[in-house]
Amino acid sequence: MHGWLPVFLRELKIMRRRFWRMLASMAVSPLLYLIAFGYALGGDQGDGQAYLAFLVPGLVAMSSMTQAWGIATDINVARFYWHVFEEFQAAPISNPAYVLGEVLAGVARALLGVLVILGLGLAVGVEVDLGPCFWLAVGLNSFTFASLAVAMAMLVKSHADQGMLSSFIITPMAFLGGTVFPLERLPGWAQALTEVLPLTHASRAIRAAALDQPSPPLPFFLLLGLGLACFFLAVHSVNLARE
Amino acid sequence: MIRLEGLRKSYGKVEALRGVSLQVSPGELFAFLGPNGAGKTTTIRILTGLTRLDQGWAWLDGHDIVSQSLAAKRTCGVVHQHLNLDSELTVEENLDLHGRLYDLPRSFRRRRIAELLEYVGLLERRGSLVRQLSGGMKRRVMIARALVHQPRILFLDEPTVGLDAAIRRRIWALIRRISADGATVFLTTHYIEEAEFLAQRVAFIDHGQIVALDTPQNLMARQGVWAADTLHGEELRTRYFTNAEAAKRELAGHEGGFTLRRVNLEDSFLALTGKKIQ
Repeated sequence: MHGWLPVFLRELKIMRRRFWRMLASMAVSPLLYLIAFGYALGGDQGDGQAYLAFLVPGLVAMSSMTQAWGIATDINVARFYWHVFEEFQAAPISNPAYVLGEVLAGVARALLGVLVILGLGLAVGVEVDLGPCFWLAVGLNSFTFASLAVAMAMLVKSHADQGMLSSFIITPMAFLGGTVFPLERLPGWAQALTEVLPLTHASRAIRAAALDQPSPPLPFFLLLGLGLACFFLAVHSVNLARE
Repeated sequence: MIRLEGLRKSYGKVEALRGVSLQVSPGELFAFLGPNGAGKTTTIRILTGLTRLDQGWAWLDGHDIVSQSLAAKRTCGVVHQHLNLDSELTVEENLDLHGRLYDLPRSFRRRRIAELLEYVGLLERRGSLVRQLSGGMKRRVMIARALVHQPRILFLDEPTVGLDAAIRRRIWALIRRISADGATVFLTTHYIEEAEFLAQRVAFIDHGQIVALDTPQNLMARQGVWAADTLHGEELRTRYFTNAEAAKRELAGHEGGFTLRRVNLEDSFLALTGKKIQ
């Protein structure tokens, strides 16, 4: 599938130019969460588990989602402001190749965001188990949201639409996806609703792996299925982006 | 080399193209001339895969642009109307990524990029970030980028729009060189002098339809050789003559005087459509 590499490389080169700015912006929100939720509101959860140890894997899930989703903004700017997207449309590369390049760039951003969280976690004394299950869950979560981001970036008609999607999809999920508080504390009906959010399953898988607890296979399969569905949606959406 | 048959495209109820058909020969420098909104950019966007056509057929170097879109794209380079370079990357990086998109080997890319930057006079700026370049330099980088994969066809969509006269002439010289090197050049413009200076054949397009297609000389000769502009109150009227002496004789007594000039493509367009291009 020729063509995915230059698309991916372009994003990496831009990331390299913005590296320190990106790193700083990736650290701001998690740092605020750690201070506000971890220190100001946190403590012991009642089961002997320190809240910070609960929070850090949740922030990993949240950050891998938001950073992977961030590729949508880059595509949006490239499409509507710089018109660089036209260069890809006019090039002899297939839609799957274009989508793969952008999705991998989203995954790369997400992994960088995760490393920032892990660094902050270490700074506040939280060590997580970085086994294969942890990275698999992070990878699937990033792949799913990067694919969704590419699909949405193709479907929106303006910068404003992109911002609205973030408000309706990402912000609610970031709070209600089991990242900063245990979902078991919600009423039954609310818990049932959170089960439809992909981030709920990602948080569950990432936290179990990070805390070296048994990881049930269901979240992995759900993320894989959803990720592939979003990827194919993105491939189809590239055609719709043409006038 | 470029063949269009009955190309149609609508945006909602607005018909941007209403059955455009034409053929451009290999090595020809062809211009599409018309006012803004006439359908020039839509035609190039369809031919380069950016916009879907509603009806009709088009072939680039024998490849159907719909059923053989990737092969058709390989044959052409395109310089869009917008500056669409990556401003955060260097000149060389922009060209290199383009070469990668066309699957060119690394050694070939290196050699070709150096050649092209020399060709457009920007070799010493190869390491500069695009955002540090002037508008004219960016346009030259775009032309160089479109040539990296040695396309047989080059599409130029309003290549000198927004540039000052000196830079515009430099771009014209470059386009002439590209054509002389053997590429088929398909140019859209709403600058009369650009089409007159560059094109071997010109198509007038208005409201999505071709209203005339011929050499600039033949199109202009339809009106005559000389045009005399006279002012009648606030209205400017133009009369055409084949002989300058005859024009001077006939208008000698005109109150307010007259301006005698050579017929240009604007006169031909005006005669055919009843309106000016610019």
